Amino acid sequence: MMESASSGLLDAVAAATASALQEAETSLPADVKAAIGRALEREQDPTARAQLENIRENIRYAGERGLPLCQDTGVPVIYLTLPPSVPATGELYEAVARGVRQATAAVPLRPNVVDPLTRENTRDNTGGGMPAVHVKPGRELTVTVLPKGAGAENCSRIAMLLPSQKGEIARFVAETMLLAGGKPCPPVVLGVGIGATFDGAAALAKEALLLPIDEMDPFEQELCEAVNALGIGPMGLGGTVTALAVKVKRGHCHTASLPVAVNVQCWASRRATRKVEAEQWT
Amino acid sequence: MDLTTPLGDEVLDLRAGDAVTLSGTVYTARDEAHLRMMEEGIPFDPAGAAVYHCGPVIRDGKVVAAGPTTSARMNALSGFLLDAGVRALVGKGGMDERVREALRGRGVYLAFTGGCAALAAARMQVKSVSFEDLGMAEAVWEIELDHLPLIVGIDAHGGDLFAAVMQKAKLQFDQQFNSYKGPGL
Repeated sequence: MMESASSGLLDAVAAATASALQEAETSLPADVKAAIGRALEREQDPTARAQLENIRENIRYAGERGLPLCQDTGVPVIYLTLPPSVPATGELYEAVARGVRQATAAVPLRPNVVDPLTRENTRDNTGGGMPAVHVKPGRELTVTVLPKGAGAENCSRIAMLLPSQKGEIARFVAETMLLAGGKPCPPVVLGVGIGATFDGAAALAKEALLLPIDEMDPFEQELCEAVNALGIGPMGLGGTVTALAVKVKRGHCHTASLPVAVNVQCWASRRATRKVEAEQWT
Repeated sequence: MDLTTPLGDEVLDLRAGDAVTLSGTVYTARDEAHLRMMEEGIPFDPAGAAVYHCGPVIRDGKVVAAGPTTSARMNALSGFLLDAGVRALVGKGGMDERVREALRGRGVYLAFTGGCAALAAARMQVKSVSFEDLGMAEAVWEIELDHLPLIVGIDAHGGDLFAAVMQKAKLQFDQQFNSYKGPGL
């Protein structure tokens, strides 16, 4: 029988989840803010500049007032790393859900989670499969939140390319933004998952959105330039900066496969991490 | 140009790409509210009105967050509002040729910066609400607006900044990738 987690641990995980969500919803990570600043330096088009200036002013307002950056506070996607001493029990998942419900009331977050067919709203941002919780082993107990708005999420795509089509990856990524236009609130961050399986590529694409966007390797840079060459610009009103960054995560795949997933993220590339120290739960 | 509701023929002078501010009353409406208005009628005077595609977060009668939602979802749902005298649709991401034609000689589509919910909320006050049973995000909120900075996305002469940008993007995409000789996607 699985060892049961202590109530102190569960409370600490719930509190860390709620606290990370509060931070992610009301402020942007420093690397994302810096990328928006760099976009303003590069952008010449007055309409595009006006959009970026609104974005910068919005970030300031939200920070000053502790209010959500965007009314689409998204659905919570949660990543946990667990040390060997902490088992991944149902109670732990429930503690994360409790944190989501706390943040929904406290921040407040818009209740966005509905039944997929009846569209009935659960009113607390939890439900079947929500929050999505991804667990990996680690040295420390950490809770990372990635609230995901629907405007950008709805523009995401997956392709099962042929192994001979690796030269088409840039085309698929750029085509994703061509189809998306202004809908995902550019300048976007694109998470690209390459390899693994149909589902694994999508998971890698989302995990790529957790990577800092300070730096891009030459391949990421090439994908980013292919997107920015389209000239879609901030909010689809034209301009130089359509993507703040493209981040790639790779996994090995079947020799007959080349899955490629693009997870589109709006300029409000929200994420935050909390470490839960052992003394917090003992 | 500074626009104030109710809007009149001054909106006909605007051209796609112009920067404007909007003050006065706006009414929020998303998918469900449009469907309800089609069935039960418009719960406000549509003459010269501005409709904002927005599902706000409201707490204790105050606007907490109220950025624009994706307007394209309302492409098929907007004609009746313009027929009834609505002069401006406000949202993000642009709208299709049905709306462009419906706006011709009558009104404009104004683009606000997506995600700028806190900036918008700082310039808004709640006056009243209709269809509250649809839930916070889908209800029709009557909101008093103070100089919201907007871009004319579609004008009353068929000018459409979004369509122009996407047309150029498609050309650029074709130039960039159609020389590739590999198997097509």
